[in-house]
Formats: sequence, structure tokens, C-alpha cells
Amino acid sequence: MTVFTPSRRAFLQSSGLIIGLALPVGRGLAAVATDAPFQPNAFVRVSPDNLVTIVIKHVEFGQGPATGLATLAADEMDADWAQIRIEHATNNDKLYANLFFGTMATGGSTAIANSFMQMRSAGATARAMLVEAAAKRWGVPATEVKVSKGVVSHGASKANFGELAAAAAAVTPPAKPVLKTPDQWTLIGTDLPKVDTLVKTNGQAMFTLDISRPDMVHAVILHSPVFGGTVKSVDDSAALATPGVVAVRQVPSGVVVYAKDSYAAMRGRSALKVDWDLAAAERRSSEEMFRAYVAQVQQPGLQVEKKGDPEAALKGAARTLEATYQLPYLVHAPMETMDAVMEVKDGRLDVWMGSQFQATETSIIAGVLGIPPEKAVLHQQYAGGSFGRRTTSDMAFPMEAGAVAKAWGAASPVKFFWTRENDIRGGHYRPMVVHKLRGGLDAKGNIVAWDQVIAAQSFVIGTAMEKMIVKDGVDSTMTEGASEGSYEFPNHRVGAHVMKSPVTTNWWRSVGHTHTAYVVETFIDELLALGGKDAVQGRLALMKEAREKGVLNRVAEMAKWGGPVPPGRARGVATHKAFNTYVAQIAEVSQGPDGLPKVHKVWCAVDCGVAVNPNIIRAQMEGGIGFALGHALYAELVLGKGGTVAQGNFDTYRSLRIGEMPEVEVAIIASGEAPTGVGEPGVPPLAPAVGNAWRKLTGKAVRRLPFAHGDNA
Amino acid sequence: MATEFLLNGVKTSFDGDPDTPLLWVLRDHLKLTGTKYGCGIAQCGACTVHLDGKNRRSCVTPVGTIAGRKVTTIEGATDKRAEAVKAAWVAIDVPQCGFCQSGQIMSAIGLLAAKPKPTDQDIDQGMAGNICRCATYVRIRQAIHDAAKTMETSA
Repeated sequence: MTVFTPSRRAFLQSSGLIIGLALPVGRGLAAVATDAPFQPNAFVRVSPDNLVTIVIKHVEFGQGPATGLATLAADEMDADWAQIRIEHATNNDKLYANLFFGTMATGGSTAIANSFMQMRSAGATARAMLVEAAAKRWGVPATEVKVSKGVVSHGASKANFGELAAAAAAVTPPAKPVLKTPDQWTLIGTDLPKVDTLVKTNGQAMFTLDISRPDMVHAVILHSPVFGGTVKSVDDSAALATPGVVAVRQVPSGVVVYAKDSYAAMRGRSALKVDWDLAAAERRSSEEMFRAYVAQVQQPGLQVEKKGDPEAALKGAARTLEATYQLPYLVHAPMETMDAVMEVKDGRLDVWMGSQFQATETSIIAGVLGIPPEKAVLHQQYAGGSFGRRTTSDMAFPMEAGAVAKAWGAASPVKFFWTRENDIRGGHYRPMVVHKLRGGLDAKGNIVAWDQVIAAQSFVIGTAMEKMIVKDGVDSTMTEGASEGSYEFPNHRVGAHVMKSPVTTNWWRSVGHTHTAYVVETFIDELLALGGKDAVQGRLALMKEAREKGVLNRVAEMAKWGGPVPPGRARGVATHKAFNTYVAQIAEVSQGPDGLPKVHKVWCAVDCGVAVNPNIIRAQMEGGIGFALGHALYAELVLGKGGTVAQGNFDTYRSLRIGEMPEVEVAIIASGEAPTGVGEPGVPPLAPAVGNAWRKLTGKAVRRLPFAHGDNA
Repeated sequence: MATEFLLNGVKTSFDGDPDTPLLWVLRDHLKLTGTKYGCGIAQCGACTVHLDGKNRRSCVTPVGTIAGRKVTTIEGATDKRAEAVKAAWVAIDVPQCGFCQSGQIMSAIGLLAAKPKPTDQDIDQGMAGNICRCATYVRIRQAIHDAAKTMETSA
């Protein structure tokens, strides 16, 4: 039906030449290394054409692990950055587990942290074997052989990695490879260009949604309009009469339309008539749920942390402050919605996906289809954002995807994708949360009591992850950042209530810190002001850790805290430690024409240990700030009357746009500590920094997010 | 009746439902997947292409309405301005997840065609229809200014 000159990529795809995903670092496309005689370990391959392929065990959805992990191995190899290619690892928990979790997983800002020694060792092993091969060839001691920018040399003798690959393969790997000392690093600590920038600039980067297979059918799903609803009956006659629609099937989570293209599938879906059983569904509105949460936090809840006697200290305090905070459900809304391509042939399953828990998710899809996990192969793709969305502790999406493939039942492959409406209304939200805070000051204005009670759903309790995360009934993802926080108070208590609802919830970029940082950092700001203390000095006096003080001092210097502020503007500060990375931010804010905060500039200081790629760290702080600001100002997922979701797409679930993005200045603390992550920690301090500036500017303490919520007007 | 149009300089024909949005014709039928689906309702700009040289959201453009017209996608954006924009994007590593970037780049090229030396306000307006959930906006702004400078000095 269509005449078109195939693109180079379409040709490569149809002729099956793309194996995995090999991408150029430099300016041009190069051949994929398929013939690599030297494979010293699961992470490094050297081919005769002198290309070095680094296998990346983490999903690349924008936070830079592909570049970071390749840098670690390339530096220890003394490779030339231009010869480095990357390939995403397939599903193999034995080879590619996240060393912190014991299974393939990307999350908790751990990619660099868990890989730091592993990828360096992989590179150092390869280097030692190349050196040994060269030494043998030239008849010289290995200790005299040098390697620099991909060239192995001894005096006038020179060879590149490709030339030594076959000989190196015969060398016995060193039992314990010698790693460089930090002063010997040549790539770590530099602003190397990212391995995925070029293909993400010219349209060639492949995402799951871009995968096309011969005879592929396109599938979309209709979910229950309220959480917890199930299908009672389906009238699919109009859907089946839609041109291009080939089948309609029921799966446990909804009704699926299969069609010859995406548009026909979506048209067919809109013609479905489904009667839903809502007996077990969540029919409360967000407002009704908030009322229940507010009532709940009047009770002390499960004890998470206790020091001293906060009740007595509050009674004896010279002044007290009490506040209740309400924070809404939030959607991750990555630009690429959830999707998977699945093909079942001769008892084997092939899955194309930007999977976050690669081996587990592939196994789950295989399990639904009755295929043994060893017969399931993942073709890992770039993922168009995640922010926590691409995997959930209940594995709902791979279960649904498997059911969609199973219900199809034919040999032809299925591309299953969520539309944006599925995404916004599909649950697995950042939980809605209520905090009740009580603080007490002595006569000198010192904070002597802090009592905090949190009510939220747990997305861990009742899942396979409960054993790992829940202790004494308390889910630490609900309370992290409030318990074991930054400050030392003489009398301190944190309590928690686990709330229940059929609405599904999930980790969301920086997880518990998304709400605990806002509450702790705005409440302490008010208490310090009430006690006549400076926001920076007051915090420093209460902080436990030197590194946390370090970022706060640094950001105060950057912004010249205490100095003049342009008229009509105010500045707020906040600091937070998340996933062992320390971030402090100062926001300069005025009131915009819409009555909301207009954030002009954010200063940000970050301490994440060794800065493997400062450019990526800056990018993650910029991105984290923008992501946090959009949600703090505009975003809330609201259950309306009867429990139906009020939002459905980007017209109603408001995202930050370019004109709302502040200028950002980032400083990275020089450090020799083991590296920690940067994907999430830029998020938590932003909202409280803006809130604290807003309170100074307007006198209003915002206790309900987003700022655009009607109660704040 | 088939709809004929010029796609990246090549005469192209589509004989399916003329109501089909150009986005899905490009992606599902012509396998030009650089143009992305993000919302389907012209709110996010991930699907931006050029129609007769001007920015157009392909997700709300029925293919039947573009007969005889010129469509350029990210794959075919190769003129001097487009190359300047892409080079500026690469130079400062704008993309993070990358999914919105084809649309961002097409919008930026269209903006520079209309305003060769855009102010920050011009960028705020011209790029307001493109969402980046990774919030790469600081670098998008910088790259547009850099591309404008490149075009100016090479003119």
C-alpha cells in the first residue's frame, strides 16, 4: 500500500544485522562488532577492527549509566574513548545483577555505585591480558609495557587492541587485577561526551515503540475507569467492525484491541462497550481520602524512630508550631509510555523492551505464556524516561503484557503499548501522603521537640519486596528522609500509618524523599524563623554529617546567602540527603502573573563522592530540579467523585514547560569517597527551597501541594 | 483514493484511511520512527514535523489533509539550519532519555527559520508546545542560542 525508499535503519532491521544495540560514541556510525575474539569477561569485548564493546547491565533511560559504566571500564583499559561502543545486556541475573540487589535492576540511584569496582575490574582485567599478550609477542617483561589511548607499546613496538585481541584471548586472566589509583585516571572525572547523544539527536535511537517485526499486530488496552474494577461484559461488535481491527480479547486487567496499526487499535478501543464490576473498586474521591488520612494522623501510628520524650518536651516548650501537610498522587508520565514487543515462535519468547528489572520482567512475561525462562530472550532497548515508572514491585506491567501476548495466541508478534490516557489513569502513582508535624522551641529559640506522623500507602507490603524493605511493620520507603534524617533533635519521634486503597502506588523519582524532604525542610525553616535563627546557620548547628554541612555551606557561598536579593524576590534554602548523595539548593523566587511562584534561579551543590562524569551530574541536577518544580507547582492526580481520575493527558496533568524552567548553577564537591547516584537526589530539595522562598515573599506557608491547588490561593 | 505527498524529498503515497494521523503513517507504515508519539492531542510536541517548512504536530494532522504538500521529518532534516541545530544539541549533550528530542529539534529548526536570532522570550514562546519530562530545558535554550550564532557567523 505504500511506496517508500527504505531508510538505512529499516534495511538493517529487515536484514537482521542489528544484534543487540551497538552505538557509536563519536560522530559517525560504525559497524557493529559481531566478531570479537577477545571477551575477557561479561562486560568487555575487543574485536579485530579495534572496537571495544562495553556491555551495560543497567537500563539507559536518561540518567547516563551507559556512558558512566563504559567510562569506568574504558579508563582501566586505557582505551581511546572513540573506540568504545556500548551494548545493552540481555536478561541474565548471574552475569548482570545489580550487586546491591542480587538481580538485574536499575533503581535507587545505584547504577554507578554498585558498578564502580565491577566495571573497573572488568576493564583492568582486559588491560592486563592485552599487556601480557604484547609482552609475549615482543619478548619483554609485562611490567615494561605501556598502554595509552588504546595503543599498547614498548619502545618502538606498538600494537592496538584489535591487533592483540586474538593473542590476549589465550592469556590466563589475572586472579586479582590491579586497579588504578585515582591520580592515574584519565577518563573518570572528565566531561566525556555521552555515548547516546548522537543517535538521540538524529532520530536513530531505537525505543521499544519503534520496533517493527514482520506481520506484527498492534495492541492497546482499555482499563477500568476506576481502580479495582473488573470486566463484567463486553460488547465488541463496533470495535470489531472498525477497519484494521483484527481481534478483541479480554485479559485480567481489561479489554485488548488488536489491529493492523496503532491508529486502528486506538479507534477500535474507543468503539468498545464494556460493563464493569465496581464492587471492590475505590469509589472515594481524593478529598474523601485526604479526610481519612488527616483523621488517621491524629493517632501516633507505628513507631519508626524515637529519641527522648517529645510529648513532655512539647508540653514544656516556650513556643510550639503544628502543621498538617497534604501531598497528592503524582504520575511519572515518562515521554515513552509503557510498551513491549513480544514474539513467540517454536517455544521461544523474544521480548523487546526498555526493561528496568530485565531478567525478572522477562521471566514474568514468559511465565504467563508458559515458556521456561531460559527460553526467553530480552532485546533491551533505550527507554524514553521512567522516573520509577518502568518497573513496579507488583510486576503489573509484565503480567499484563504477557496476558496480552497469550490472549493473542497467534504466531505473529505483538506490539503492546499504553496510550497517554492509560499512563495518566493507570495508577502506580507516587502515593498521596499526609504528614502531621509538631515542633517545640525553648526560650532561646532552640528546637527541643519534633514529632512527625506520616500516613501513606505502602507499595512494598504484600509484594515480593516486603522481606527486603519492611522492618517491624514499617516500610522504610514511606518514611526515609524523615526517620534517620539530617538533624539532631533532643526529643524526636516519627510515626507511620499504612493506608489501604485499590489505587496502585509505586516508587517515583526519589521515592519517600519526594514528600519527607518537602515537609521536613519547610517545617524546620519555619521553626528556625520562629526561633530567630538564620535558615543556613540554624541548619548547620543541627546537622549530623560533615558532608551535609559541606553542600549547605557551598550553596550558601554560591548564592551569597545573606547578601542583597533583587526587589520583589526572595530566596529559600533546603538540603537533603537521598541514596547517600547530599544536595543543597537555594531558589530565587518572585510572584508570577498567574499568582504562582516564578522561580528565576536555582543554585545547587551536590556531593556524590567521586564525580565520574561531571557533565552528567550537572545534567541530572538540572533535570531533577525541573522535574521537581513542575510537580511542585502544577501536578496532581485527583480522584474525582466516585473515584474516577480527573486527569487524562498532558492538557490536564500539567508538566513543566521551557518558559518555567529556572536558570541552574551547579557545583560538585570534590571528593574521593565512593561514588553514589545522581538520578534522584536532585529532586527532593527543590520544592522546599521554593516553598521557603515563597513563605518569605508572601508570608504564606504552603502545606498542600501543588502550589496551584485551589486551597493555596 | 491514495494520498500523495512529498516526504523528505521523496514522492510518497498512502492508500489507507485518510483520517489516519500523519504520525502513525510515518511510524507504522513508513517505518520512520524518529517522530514520536507522546500524547496524541498536540500537547507534548514529540510528534513535531515540518509541513511546507513550518512546525506541525503530526499526531493531529490527518494524512488526507496534506495531499501534494511537503513533509520533513527528523530523518530528512539535513539543511544547513538543521545541521547547525543538531550540532549544537550534540556539542552540549542536550538529550537525556531522548524520546522528545526529535520533536524539540524540529521545533527549534522551525523557530530559527522564523526568528534567526531568537530572544529568551522567543524561545519560551516558540518551544512552549514541546514537553521534556527529563527537563533538559536549560540545555535546549542554550543549544538554540548556539545554533543561531553558528548560522549567523556562517551566513
